[in-house]
Amino acid sequence: MGLAKRIIPCLDVENGRVVKGVNFVDIRDAGDPVEIAIRYNEQGADEITFLDITASHEGRETTVHTVEQIAENVFIPLTVGGGIRTVEDIRTMLNAGADKVSINTAAIHNPELVREAAERFGSQCIVVAIDAKRVEDVGGEPRYEIFTHGGRKPTGIDAVAWAEKMASLGAGEILLTSMDRDGTKNGFELGVTRAITDAVNIPVIASGGVGNLDHLVEGVTIGGADAVLAASIFHFGEYTVPQAKAYMAERDIEVRL
Amino acid sequence: MSGVVAVIDYGMGNLHSVASALEHVGAEQVLVTHDAELIRQADRVVFPGVGAMRDCMAEIRRLKCDQLLADALLEQQKPVLAICVGMQALMTRSEENAGVDCLDLIPGNVRYFGSSLNSAEGERLKVPHMGWNEVHQTRDHPLWQGIEDRTRFYFVHSYYVDAAQRDLVAGALDYGVHVDAALARDNLFAVQFHPEKSHTAGLQLLKNFLQWNGQC
Repeated sequence: MGLAKRIIPCLDVENGRVVKGVNFVDIRDAGDPVEIAIRYNEQGADEITFLDITASHEGRETTVHTVEQIAENVFIPLTVGGGIRTVEDIRTMLNAGADKVSINTAAIHNPELVREAAERFGSQCIVVAIDAKRVEDVGGEPRYEIFTHGGRKPTGIDAVAWAEKMASLGAGEILLTSMDRDGTKNGFELGVTRAITDAVNIPVIASGGVGNLDHLVEGVTIGGADAVLAASIFHFGEYTVPQAKAYMAERDIEVRL
Repeated sequence: MSGVVAVIDYGMGNLHSVASALEHVGAEQVLVTHDAELIRQADRVVFPGVGAMRDCMAEIRRLKCDQLLADALLEQQKPVLAICVGMQALMTRSEENAGVDCLDLIPGNVRYFGSSLNSAEGERLKVPHMGWNEVHQTRDHPLWQGIEDRTRFYFVHSYYVDAAQRDLVAGALDYGVHVDAALARDNLFAVQFHPEKSHTAGLQLLKNFLQWNGQC
């Protein structure tokens, strides 16, 4: 027996409410983030990820307060992402009670931020979020590109090469979201998941598209992910975290029961 | 009675989660501080830590936390719990940041997992060692009370403790190499994992710490 594969419920939070959209649009309300985080903690989730999708300044202050409340009540690791642009933003979230921060767009504009943050706070708390989209097939092989702005803006950066670069700059973990799949319930994009887990030596969290428990299993067995992240299957009561873990354990995946 | 718990703050990372977990399990008063007098008056001491060893040791020495810790541990002989980098800082030397001299309160080294780590079965292991792993309780200890052997705790680290005195090891696991997950000596208990992030098992360990009289 060794390290367990982690199951991570994800809270997409806008202006203090948990929301969940399909392909980053068509958002519906799923409740209070503190209550939901406490529920997942009690259910035996291995970590919680909190992604702030609020755009306004006032909303950002709400976020800090919400993170503080979650951290006071939840005794499992908490990752906070969304709008993290500077070392100061990272410090604010860590001081509010986050254990890790997830950096996305800012790493693309300024990759040195990842190095600086890892040196300052340690790699263990720096997660780089990668939003990848399948762009073309080269000789039958799919290629994946990084997108920003909720999947609308291509960057021309190859997702696998980017993951390697982020790891070399000191990222402690990769949070990989497939923009083609997010919110679709069609399962992870396993090709890019496998390519990135094979390419880097740091843990990879697979995200985007989970619609049933087989998808979680495939993320680990086919995608090679170290952790699987899902939102709507848990928020709307389709499955509980213990159900997901039992299902994975039955399929010989090591989980924390 | 837990009395006053001082969490030694040398400015590296967020210590609120340690403090709030201690409060959650019934600590009467938790002080996050590097004030010498407050630490001296506290009934028990937590020595946490996150971040890179060179910066940690620099701050520990600058704020004279090395002396405060040694006083609590050796002179006053209060119950002390060291967590993660706090545990590593107790050792003789760490390989991190091209080599850093640590506090040498426990003989032994802090080693890097390496960049090509494999399990005994040949499976590739990622570094950092991040997530929930089983801790084998290699000896009885009051801090293990109510926690089953091989319970999972939350780890996140790229360097690991390799104690010279093997009889001090209280918890162990294999992650490509043999990792000392917990050390115990007299009134000191040190853990590589994060009890404050290890859900019910971690909270139980912290509760045990609050009730511990510092004897093995």
